[in-house]
Amino acid sequence: MKNSRLGSWLTIVLGAAYFLIPLIATVEFSLRMKRGEYSLEAYRVVLTDPRFQATFGYSTLIALATIVVGVLLVVPTAYWVQLRLPRWRPVVEFVTLLPLVIPPIVLVFGFLRLYNSSSWLPLTGSARGTDVLLTLGYATLALPYMYRAVDTGLRAIDIRTLTQAAESLGASWPTILFRVILPNVRVAVLSGAFLTFAIVIGEFTIASLLNAPAFGPYLQLIGANRAYEPSALAIIAFMITWACMGLIQVVGRGANRYRAAR
Amino acid sequence: MSFLDIVNLQKSFGSAYAVKNFNLSVVRGEFVSFLGPSGCGKTTTLRMIAGFEHPTAGLIRIDGKDVTNLRPNQRKIGMVFQSYALFPNMTVAENVAFGLKVARKPAEEVKARVAEMLKLIGLPHLGDRYPYQLSGGQQQRVALARAIAPKPQILLLDEPLSALDAKIRISLREEIRAVQRELGITTIYVTHDQEEALSMSDRIVVMNEGQVEQIGNPFEIYNRPSTRFVASFVGTLNILRAKVVDGASGRVAVDGQEIILPHGLPVSGAGEATLALRPEAITLNAHDASGSRLDGTIDEVSFLGSVIRIRVRLQNNIVTLDTFNNVGHRPPERGQPATISFAREDVLVLDEPQAA
Ligand SMILES: Nc1ncnc2c1ncn2[C@@H]1O[C@H](COP(=O)(O)OP(=O)(O)O)[C@@H](O)[C@H]1O
Ligand SMILES: [Mg+2]
Repeated sequence: MKNSRLGSWLTIVLGAAYFLIPLIATVEFSLRMKRGEYSLEAYRVVLTDPRFQATFGYSTLIALATIVVGVLLVVPTAYWVQLRLPRWRPVVEFVTLLPLVIPPIVLVFGFLRLYNSSSWLPLTGSARGTDVLLTLGYATLALPYMYRAVDTGLRAIDIRTLTQAAESLGASWPTILFRVILPNVRVAVLSGAFLTFAIVIGEFTIASLLNAPAFGPYLQLIGANRAYEPSALAIIAFMITWACMGLIQVVGRGANRYRAAR
Repeated sequence: MSFLDIVNLQKSFGSAYAVKNFNLSVVRGEFVSFLGPSGCGKTTTLRMIAGFEHPTAGLIRIDGKDVTNLRPNQRKIGMVFQSYALFPNMTVAENVAFGLKVARKPAEEVKARVAEMLKLIGLPHLGDRYPYQLSGGQQQRVALARAIAPKPQILLLDEPLSALDAKIRISLREEIRAVQRELGITTIYVTHDQEEALSMSDRIVVMNEGQVEQIGNPFEIYNRPSTRFVASFVGTLNILRAKVVDGASGRVAVDGQEIILPHGLPVSGAGEATLALRPEAITLNAHDASGSRLDGTIDEVSFLGSVIRIRVRLQNNIVTLDTFNNVGHRPPERGQPATISFAREDVLVLDEPQAA
């Protein structure tokens, strides 16, 4: 009894060490830019770098566009599959899982072959075209997370009966989707959105090969050429991800209260 | 002039029929119940009227107009579900307003109608609550208000009280009926609870295995069931096996004791007949000797409060009857001899007798 207690504590300590030591070391290192004292100099340099602001702003915009595309793609699909095509569910689930199996490098090479400047649709030839490709590529990468989040959210409400109730009251399909279904999976959509944001902000492969002015390639560039700033950037990126996770928790808690009495 | 016409309606799922040869005419303002055991096709029929299922054959007319091929949102139908199905993201008032907003009614009209509906269901103060803050009974009342707010042509209710506990079920049943009467709205009410159907309906459609067994008002359904199924499904029945003594004059013997049926049987020789008696048609140890009598012994006495249920064994046949509790009168005890009597007209003949 006592032994197994000790064993589990040991596991926790080891796991925490594995996770925390590199983190602490990185933090510590990022604070040592000024010789002989701890300072936030590295963070100041990073945050005032115009390239940081430009690439971070660009990636944020792309992330927002990705979320919009993802929601418009996933919510109606998941809804329709659950309501009318339950037999197609395994197929759709398989498709949404593909981005986890196929590496992004394959995706981006496909993009480059299909949409290069001498192709029928030369999307890579212009900045706007690249933005579109990047957004669609990211929507694909985020698909497994977005789909699963929304699908679970839909399963928690009785969409069939709610749809019928709305239909009998005279509602059309767009009304049902936007006024009845979407508001009731808001929380699921939000968690999908935060996951999408976290993925898009740090993504390197696709952005780099499409030569997009995104945050991922900037991280890599700094990492290859500087000493202290990459550590500061890593910590910043880490905090953004954790903020996203934290927000998922917060909205999720709100949803539980909202559903508690049902 | 009927308002809702259902003509030869059929629905099959694969090779199995869920509804077969369903015919019904409902007049404006009528309250009609579909009554039958689970799986008999009540919901499927209701969903075809609502437009959620497309019939395999047959047609549905509302107010003279063929709606068989109209989508649910074009039929002007109010629907109440067993699971309430209120929109969880909307307040009570927003739920009730939904159909009116979809119909693009002006804002003041919506507001007035919502207030009127909430008053009608007795919840005028709860407009700002969310569904999860209400009890089941309150939620179902809101669902009713939401369904009738846009003034539908027909109100459809699918076992709306099944999820509620007994006390609320009875009070809500009266409330639904009162609201229906006040608005004069044509209503179809699906239930498997015979008491609900008998107490609320103008007419009852008794269904079994996808088919209509009998259509009639509660009095007819209960007192003059036209099929064996109706007789046994509606109310509790004593089933008696009898030997035919003389078919033409209706003389039969129950465990060797002869009685006379209300009408002659279309058999000449000997045979078996199945008879039925409602518990409330039977009197125990009556003094006057009119009607039919059978002797037996008291088999069991259950004290249920205001009612005492007594089981009398004849020989092979057993008869259950109810008597009212009476302070000055002790109930009989097990093993005592007893005589049951009943009017000749109260005997139902279930099966046409078979030649032995
Ligand atoms: N969507 C469906 N697919 C296949 N069979 C169905 C479907 N809906 C109902 N049924 C079948 O039709 C019959 C009648 O069902 P239903 O109308 O729900 O009965 P009730 O409401 O009287 O309990 C049942 O045998 C049921 O299994
Ligand atoms: Mg049913």
